[in-house]
Amino acid sequence: MGLLDKEFSDGNILIANVEDLLNWARLSSVWQLGFGLACCAIEMMATSMSHYDFDRFGVIPRNTPRQADAIIISGTVTLKMATRIKRLYEQMPDPKYIISMGSCSNCGGPYWEHGYHVLKGIDRVIPVDVYVPGCPPRPEALLEGLMKLQDKIRNESLRTKSA
Amino acid sequence: MKNAEEIFEILKQQFGDAIIGIDKDTPTEPIISVDPLQIHKVGAYLRETDGLKFDSLMCLSGVDDANGTKVKDAEGYEFIQSGTLSVYYHLHSVELKHKITLKVSAQREDAKVESVENVWKTADWHEREAYDLVGIVFLNHPDLRRILMPYDWADGSHPLRKDYKNPEFYQGMKVPY
Ligand code: SF4
Repeated sequence: MGLLDKEFSDGNILIANVEDLLNWARLSSVWQLGFGLACCAIEMMATSMSHYDFDRFGVIPRNTPRQADAIIISGTVTLKMATRIKRLYEQMPDPKYIISMGSCSNCGGPYWEHGYHVLKGIDRVIPVDVYVPGCPPRPEALLEGLMKLQDKIRNESLRTKSA
Repeated sequence: MKNAEEIFEILKQQFGDAIIGIDKDTPTEPIISVDPLQIHKVGAYLRETDGLKFDSLMCLSGVDDANGTKVKDAEGYEFIQSGTLSVYYHLHSVELKHKITLKVSAQREDAKVESVENVWKTADWHEREAYDLVGIVFLNHPDLRRILMPYDWADGSHPLRKDYKNPEFYQGMKVPY
């Protein structure tokens, strides 16, 4: 349901409904908070590099939560860090999205039993939109996760907020 | 360059009863046991004396020996009573290229060991870690705070103790799986 595949009927005028236009704008520029946690963050960085090129989907790392649309929880969330993540999440303006990347942030990962210091799933602290499984997930998997998030944004409605 | 027995003899002469013994029957290198309240003096001597010159503390580790008796409390939770906690010091002399391992043991319920922070600066964070995770208190340490766990982690809760019990919640977050 792209916007631009519609025929231009008259000069420069494009007819679309506001919802589609807004969603299209949002999903095409998901700016992520520049934030990495453990081994998964290495894979997230690889995704940003030229080979996988996160930027072609409109994902640019931002240095402050005030300018970020999404946060990728990429790695082991310790209890100490969880309090900080919550603070960062609260500082992000709406609409905001969360991708949980890797087993650690999904459910505690390898630390699920003996990790006295690990939060067993970031969804105990903040609401997650997309879970990407893997330890670590390959960049392809993270890209797939991003596209899932884009699908979700594409179907959002202005009247009811889903996230 | 000196071997462990020679170093032990030198220390024994200098410090007498503060040097408790030498354990040669270990899979790795011999270990010299020292009085926990004299370790800073022994350390300073090892560092400064000609022919010893241990200028580098390679590692300082806190260990829960778990050699006490296991007791169950009212809720059926098993914990360890009495026994010891130990600190191991791995020393190296860059100049003379020899190594030695020291060990101090303190009572589990009241584990107090003199800090060697003013002998080797490396010991600062290592001792904080041993305090944080095993619960050994280093006397005369300039800044004995937790280093890895959050500062507001429950007092007396040291995760690498063998009878450690994880709390149910931390700041409203559920901890167990
Ligand atoms: S999920 Fe695996 S790769 Fe990712 S942070 Fe955890 S341990 Fe590291």
